[in-house]
Amino acid sequence: MQQELRELYQQVILDHNKSPRNFRKIENPTYFLEGYNPLCGDNITIYLLVDENNLIKDISFQGSGCAISKASASLMTSMIKGKTVDEAKKIFEKFHHLITAKVDEEVNLEELGKLAVFSGVREFPARVKCASLAWHTMIGALEGKGEKVSTE
Amino acid sequence: MLIKEDNTEIKKKLDYNVEKIRSDFPILSQLVHGKPLVYLDNAATTQKPLHVLHSLENYYYKQNANIHRGVHALSQEATEAFESARIKVKKFINALGKNEIIFTKGTTESINLVAQTYCRKVLKEGDDIIISEMEHHSNIVPWQLICEEKKANLKVIPIDDNGELIIEEFEKLISEKTKLVSVVYASNSLGTVNPVKEIINIAHSYNVPVLLDAAQAVNHLNIDVQDLDCDFLAFSGHKLYGPTGIGILYGKVNHLENMPPYQGGGDMISRVTFQKTTYNELPHKFEAGTPNIAGAIGLGAAIDYVTYVGLDKIAAYENYLLEYATEKISTLKGLRIIGTSKNKISVLSFVLENVHPHDVGTFLDFEGVAIRTGHHCTQPVMDRFKIPATSRASFGMYNTIEEVDILYNGLKKILEVFA
Repeated sequence: MQQELRELYQQVILDHNKSPRNFRKIENPTYFLEGYNPLCGDNITIYLLVDENNLIKDISFQGSGCAISKASASLMTSMIKGKTVDEAKKIFEKFHHLITAKVDEEVNLEELGKLAVFSGVREFPARVKCASLAWHTMIGALEGKGEKVSTE
Repeated sequence: MLIKEDNTEIKKKLDYNVEKIRSDFPILSQLVHGKPLVYLDNAATTQKPLHVLHSLENYYYKQNANIHRGVHALSQEATEAFESARIKVKKFINALGKNEIIFTKGTTESINLVAQTYCRKVLKEGDDIIISEMEHHSNIVPWQLICEEKKANLKVIPIDDNGELIIEEFEKLISEKTKLVSVVYASNSLGTVNPVKEIINIAHSYNVPVLLDAAQAVNHLNIDVQDLDCDFLAFSGHKLYGPTGIGILYGKVNHLENMPPYQGGGDMISRVTFQKTTYNELPHKFEAGTPNIAGAIGLGAAIDYVTYVGLDKIAAYENYLLEYATEKISTLKGLRIIGTSKNKISVLSFVLENVHPHDVGTFLDFEGVAIRTGHHCTQPVMDRFKIPATSRASFGMYNTIEEVDILYNGLKKILEVFA
């Protein structure tokens, strides 16, 4: 495999594509939202269970997409579970910078932890949307753009 | 079996010099990611031969002027070049007259033109327009727009598991309420060549006119509009090895004469006063504004080139590539071909188990192979087969058996990585 391709499809990404984590529906979620990429037909639904202290107690996803979008959703859910809503938004900002930064721009990979495997995405402008679909959907859900499920 | 046979023998039988043809397409001799370009996205757009490139260059170097109005030498030369392109198109599809050939931006605009003029005039509340389940979005949305406006209904001929139209269902749908049937001649996502003559016969027995979307058929099948007896036919130059931004609407003269103009502007008028404007005669009535003159000339050159190589020979060769490719990639485990009609143009859509088409596309790109991945603007077809997208390899007159092998090897590698 060529270098750029290997950087895009790192082993961690291939693993998460093959066996995605938190790939399930949450019954009675606090928020859920379906994200759709009309360009390629990818769709991912994010489910969130958030408590009264804004702590994300559970997060999961379902849907179909390419390896990049599936692995991104999978890693996102593993990363976000147990974080507060504010923390999740901060991680999103860092992740978004990672995949949209200019190719020669330096990015602090350490603070990204496992998400650093997506550093190859910025070499593939056509694939940025694949990597960010789950994240945009999660943020949209948290901001109440989707259907907020009433607990009453 | 094709694969086992000696390819040189078959090539000789086909009397087809693909190397010579390739040398006419300068774009093909380049590297992509360090590998020779294997261009298998011909159903999206075809590459342009030198003959077309030179015709564009020649026009802008030596002939550029506005047409139909000037008395000066260049204007007359440009007019003549533009109008002779129309005659080439007329001959190419065997239309009765050159006034039946309207230059448009492409297939999409041709279809919109019919929707916005013909249908705007004839369509009444409760009427039907019939299309099929395998249509490109450009042969769905223009009808939805006019049906919504006129409170008419859009009816859809379903397809079977091979990706073929179910003609019995069409016979059930058509009635005295049907005002137009618009179907694709050859599908861009399945490759299916539809039995258009049969469809036209059925429609005409109800006095219903038929529009054929020939975007994918025009570079593969000999089209004779008089023999087909279609009422309208639409295609684009850029899928026929010509430039983008130029297309054709063929229409039977009696329809065109009864249709109101499409757009207002220069060239489409005969006389303008503030009280009343009279429209120009056909085909100019439908060609408002300065047209894509160079594009039309380039399309004429593309027709010359395709005619010179021979459409029958091109079709036979592309069929051979398709057959070889179908047989070869079918051996890959977990690969399923979408569109298995016996009668196909050289379009090969497939899905790989556990590998999304976009990943296939990115991997193949690094092998130098350009294919199309996605829904191919035919989302209803994807829904019908319950898949989000396909990978599509489509072959043109310059592709080779060796390129099919590169595609096959690339797919094999992908399956290993994703295993």
